[in-house]
Amino acid sequence: SILKPIIRFILIQNRAGKTRLAKWYMQFDDDEKQKLIEEVHAVVTVRDAKHTNFVEFRNFKIIYRRYAGLYFCICVDVTDNNLAYLEGIHNFVEVLNEYFHNVCELDLVFNFYKVYTVVDEMFLAGEIRETSQTKVLKQLLMLQSLE
Amino acid sequence: MSPSVPLQEMIRAIRSARTQCEERGVIQRECAAIRAQFRQADNGGRSHNLAKLLYVHMLGYPAHFGQMECVRMIASPRYSEKRVGYLGAMMLLDEKQDASLLITNSIKNDLSNSNQYIQSLALCTLACMGSAEMCRDLAPEIDRLLRASNSYIKKKAALCAVHIVRKVHDLGELFTKAARSLLTEKNHGVVHGAVVLITELCERNSETLERFRKTVPDLVQIMKGLVISGYSPDHDVAGISDPFLQVRILRLLRILGRNNEGASDAMNDLLAQVATNTDSTKTVGNAVLYETVLTVLDIKSESGLRVLAVNILGRFLLNNDRNIRYIAMTSLQKIVGTDHNAVQRHRGTIVDCLKDQDASVKRRALDLSLALVSASNIRSMMKELLSFLSSCPPELRSQTASGIFNAAERYAPSQRWHIDTILHVLTTAGGDVRDETVPNLIQLITNTSELHCYTVHKLYRALLSDISQQPLVQVACWCIGEYGDLLLRGECQETEPVQVTEDDVLDVLETVLQSHMSFPSTRGFALTATMKLSTRITENVDRIRSIVSIYGSCIDVELQQRAVEYNALFKKYDHMRAAVLERMPVIEKNSQGHINGETIKESQTVKVKPGEPQQPANQVCDLLDLLGGSEQPLQPSPALGSTAPPMPVSTANTVGGDLLDLLGGLEPTPITPVATVTVYEKDGVTVTLSCEKQSDSGLTVTLTASNSTESDIRGFTLQAAVPKSVQLHMKAPSGDSLPARGAAKVTQMVVLNNPNKVNLKMRLRISYTSQGSAVQDTVQIDSFPGLGQ
Repeated sequence: SILKPIIRFILIQNRAGKTRLAKWYMQFDDDEKQKLIEEVHAVVTVRDAKHTNFVEFRNFKIIYRRYAGLYFCICVDVTDNNLAYLEGIHNFVEVLNEYFHNVCELDLVFNFYKVYTVVDEMFLAGEIRETSQTKVLKQLLMLQSLE
Repeated sequence: MSPSVPLQEMIRAIRSARTQCEERGVIQRECAAIRAQFRQADNGGRSHNLAKLLYVHMLGYPAHFGQMECVRMIASPRYSEKRVGYLGAMMLLDEKQDASLLITNSIKNDLSNSNQYIQSLALCTLACMGSAEMCRDLAPEIDRLLRASNSYIKKKAALCAVHIVRKVHDLGELFTKAARSLLTEKNHGVVHGAVVLITELCERNSETLERFRKTVPDLVQIMKGLVISGYSPDHDVAGISDPFLQVRILRLLRILGRNNEGASDAMNDLLAQVATNTDSTKTVGNAVLYETVLTVLDIKSESGLRVLAVNILGRFLLNNDRNIRYIAMTSLQKIVGTDHNAVQRHRGTIVDCLKDQDASVKRRALDLSLALVSASNIRSMMKELLSFLSSCPPELRSQTASGIFNAAERYAPSQRWHIDTILHVLTTAGGDVRDETVPNLIQLITNTSELHCYTVHKLYRALLSDISQQPLVQVACWCIGEYGDLLLRGECQETEPVQVTEDDVLDVLETVLQSHMSFPSTRGFALTATMKLSTRITENVDRIRSIVSIYGSCIDVELQQRAVEYNALFKKYDHMRAAVLERMPVIEKNSQGHINGETIKESQTVKVKPGEPQQPANQVCDLLDLLGGSEQPLQPSPALGSTAPPMPVSTANTVGGDLLDLLGGLEPTPITPVATVTVYEKDGVTVTLSCEKQSDSGLTVTLTASNSTESDIRGFTLQAAVPKSVQLHMKAPSGDSLPARGAAKVTQMVVLNNPNKVNLKMRLRISYTSQGSAVQDTVQIDSFPGLGQ
């Protein structure tokens, strides 16, 4: 069987379905991507506190968590450890929070390319890459100084 | 540092659009401006334009015209431009675009750049969208970076190598050595990358897997360090040291220990340690515990460790966090086959989860509950399952129903319990059961002969209260049709009998027939049941007759056909009716799912009918053999009336025949008086023949039969055979019963065609039943009146 990256894609969407970040670790056509974005939005926004943070759809599994008006979604394989990736999301959000000083949605909108930089520091090739928040933040500040 | 002004302005403009249409307009304008800017020569604002385009792309609009700009930007010496260029490459370019090949060279150069951040950009992009060729080209570079660079780069290089190995499997060999040495590094990120790389290499290649088994002790050491060591501020998450690394190592251990005793032994102690020492109050700890459990259950662990793992899952089931209950059930599902007893201990909690509010948790609980049903707990489990069925979400109902049926079939403690359970399911979720439920249940009921009375009572009561659940109604109609006499008897051992009259029972069936809620197939069941009752009740047969004849003109073709046939069964074939409608024999279990209830019935009914229809064909052949010289049988034409009643043509004719009877008395139709001659007279039965020449070679022969005895004759049939060259066509007879004392006659027309003008002969076989005994006789006719022969 063809082994795929653990993480297929990472999405940040708001409640209305607008994409704030879309990072793909697998090959999809543009229309496939659009369709996936819409499907994830449809599946995730109907759930509330009495649901688990895991949704299975098609042959994927979405691990998601809602922070204020944004849904952070990671798509993994059905057999992967849900809890670990839930923690991964939280790690990522905490870094964003530190980096943007109490991050809000507008920060992500106006600095979208920086959000990609954060993602690329923490995830790579569909795997978690760096988990130490201090280290990531240090690197991010270095990168910033180059601009 | 805030984003560039032009970018900010554009984002604000897009956000201020109030409708989708307005937004599209803004974006079109912006894209046009960006395109124009791209065409211009180098200006300071290039990176801003590309950034704007990428934002637009993120919102879902097409942006392929920016691809070449990405290529250009990547080649720029300025960091800010490179950065946006690479980001654009990751977003806009993929393997399928030709432009992606163009950046290979840039990436190659950047991989050796002195600035580690530029190296990192290149690594990142390669790991994201590198095609197979690019990977092949650049693999040696990556290997170099794996060995000799700082840890920041090594981390990224390791994951880049993972991507390369995914794209080009053979290159795995190249990275094996480097991966091995990276395990010894201190930097967590590097070790993490190394573990991921090794995992990928092992999963692809079993030889590599063998080689890496030797690293198990090293991995165990690293894990121990993480678990036991003190507080490590860099990687600490809620008191656990780098849980992500722990999870990855556990996963690698799982792959290495699978199917291998030695490796599994080496990690046994460690796993026990992690399982017992990890703090499970927070999700993080549970994540690590979960991965540990997965590993323990997958390798060849000793039984004590397995029990420990299952107990952890059991604890998870009691956790308040729904997430954790969910994953616990997922894992238990996988081991319920192998560690059945261990899982059984937690059955109570699992059954409680059926009441959880999350539908996915309910589904897991349902799967597990069904797997845990056994002979010893069937009664209590079924109670739970049935109450779940009445309140479960609609998408789970059919699965629950079939699960209940399977469990009931395997473990039913008694027949009565089994039938009760199925009936319960049909009343609660009748609309969601599969089609084969109806015939299966019917078969079950037939086989439980001692409970026929009980069953028909229960079903009758169920019908009285609700006729909307189709499968239930179908089974109920069938039962009432079969066992209606038991219902009317008014006594029952197993349950409170009902006091019903025949009219009550027929009322119920008629309600089903007339209800708009009944499917066509259900109405078919009801009509057949009504018909069957005609042999089981005594007083109200006329009511049945009238119901059946009304439906003879029903719009539904299936119902109409049935009604017409049943009508015929009343009129012409009344002598067969009792035999046709008698109690069904025990049904053999046929292959599942291929036949529905109707066909089983039909095939049985055919068997039960008297075997007469089969004989005529053979007998005609015999007849013809007897005729002078002709060995070849002519087109044998069995009297039409003898074929099985379900033949619309014949019934139409018989109905027509009846009509003729009503209209003009019973004289044969040819009005012109022709000479008749008596060809057979015996035991009070007389057959006369008259013929009329139609054409040069054509001839119509009319045979008339009458009965002068004191008793009725039934099943009167005529068969004829003629010499070889003569064509014979027998029309349908007007009827087949001869009432006593010549009260009515039967006529049958035979059309003959004699083109060769041979000597016309006919052999006639007469068969009938009188006073319960069958009579058969043959007569040869050598001369035909009116033919001048």
